[in-house]
Amino acid sequence: MNYQFNWSVLWSGQSGGWLLRGLGTTLALSGLAWLVAVALGIVSGAMRTVPWKPLRVVATFYVEFFRNVPLLVWMFFWYFGVPPLLPLAIREWLFDHGAEFWAGMFALGVYHGARMSEVIRSGIQSIPKTQFEAAVAIGLTTFQAYRLVIVPIALRLIVPPATSESLNLLKNSSVALTISVAELTFQTRQIETYTARAIEALTAGTVIYLGLCVGIATIMAHVERRFAIPGLIARGG
Amino acid sequence: MTDTVIEFRDVNKWFGNIHVLRDINLAVEMGEVVVVCGPSGSGKSTLIRCVNALEPIQGGELVVLGESLTKPGVNLPALRTRVGMVFQSFNLFPHMTVLENIMLAPVKVRGLSAAEASRVARALLERVRIPDKAENYPANLSGGQQQRVAIARALAMQPKIMLFDEPTSALDPEMINEVLDVMTDLARDGMTMMVVTHEMGFARRVAHRIVFMDAGQVVEEAPPDLFFAAAKSDRAREFLSKILTH
Ligand SMILES: Nc1ncnc2c1ncn2[C@@H]1O[C@H](COP(=O)(O)OP(=O)(O)OP(=O)(O)O)[C@@H](O)[C@H]1O
Ligand SMILES: [Mg+2]
Repeated sequence: MNYQFNWSVLWSGQSGGWLLRGLGTTLALSGLAWLVAVALGIVSGAMRTVPWKPLRVVATFYVEFFRNVPLLVWMFFWYFGVPPLLPLAIREWLFDHGAEFWAGMFALGVYHGARMSEVIRSGIQSIPKTQFEAAVAIGLTTFQAYRLVIVPIALRLIVPPATSESLNLLKNSSVALTISVAELTFQTRQIETYTARAIEALTAGTVIYLGLCVGIATIMAHVERRFAIPGLIARGG
Repeated sequence: MTDTVIEFRDVNKWFGNIHVLRDINLAVEMGEVVVVCGPSGSGKSTLIRCVNALEPIQGGELVVLGESLTKPGVNLPALRTRVGMVFQSFNLFPHMTVLENIMLAPVKVRGLSAAEASRVARALLERVRIPDKAENYPANLSGGQQQRVAIARALAMQPKIMLFDEPTSALDPEMINEVLDVMTDLARDGMTMMVVTHEMGFARRVAHRIVFMDAGQVVEEAPPDLFFAAAKSDRAREFLSKILTH
């Protein structure tokens, strides 16, 4: 076997532009989905620990329902299932403005929100109950105690597992190619189709994903150090 | 005529099937310092935690600063601003500096400006005798210092009543007095206090009344000199002989 590498396929013709656009879409898709996931994760993760059962039940239902169905199914659900349920005007607007992108974003965000929720819940549950009691004992409401004390402490404790979950989200954004979102993996496949250069195209994709992951991990390590709670054992960087 | 600020009327409390408080009748007057003592598991913590409604009661009535805690719709956060609490385990907020710990409730609950709250907080740090620790994080303080910050944090809301649940039990012996001294000052200034403690020296010097509990009941209440010299019940005498001999 004697394969001749031809790396120039990656920047000749349209390839370079495709890769860049793929990278941009992956970043936008993952970035927005991450915001959705973090917001849902914090709210539902906190709700699962509050001293009021109806809230716990709602949050538990969200988590178990969304994280126990494969992401691929959610992609199809948000893309094929949801739009017909929407009012006509919104549906038309969506299909004029990249419906597959928004469907992919929601699928990714809501699915990973359920997983982020577990990370945040475990962070909150590692805080002694007396910390919450001290917060309400000075006159804070339960909501204030969570917003000002419990959640800020929990977020500082969970940076490492939240980083892993964020990387999972980034990598899972590639599943959106199944509903034709032109993200990075979609574009590498396109290059492969046009140039018949599978190894080069996939290598490019791999290297870009790797670079993104390393970048995110570096930023999160910095965040972890910057917001570390004084007095806790320093973790490796 | 005196003002009753805490009144237990036939209060009963259960944790599941465990009957933890049994027919408690107890009144605390304004400005009074009451020390609660008794064997482990007798319900001392539960008793004072009921006063700021960290524990709900299942029977009887508990009136604190004129408000019945069993009445539906009672505003617990508002009540708790008037009843400060200090815990055995300090429970400072570890992600905030000492100053931020003390300022939190005045700013978020009272709506004080940061400048005003910081002025109040610094004055309180003077009062608990650690004015130079304002910018430190709790983890960088000794236990005694942390507990004094916790007292300052509770005082920042200008409570009418202070509750202490074994405030010195988690401290090394050499730090116990610095906390007891602050509490003694507070008592001398006329604060109404309910204190669960095994520090019988403090009880003797500062308390107006000792409440002895056993098995969820108030077995005996008496002024300290009477209680230590001639406790009426066998259970109190037995308890005293155990803790005073070592
Ligand atoms: N959250 C809880 N759930 C169930 N049982 C509890 C709970 N808190 C306390 N108890 C039980 O209630 C009883 C009284 O407890 P409490 O903590 O009030 O005692 P205590 O007098 O403060 O004891 P100690 O001196 O050990 O602090 C004990 O039997 C205890 O096991
Ligand atoms: Mg106790």
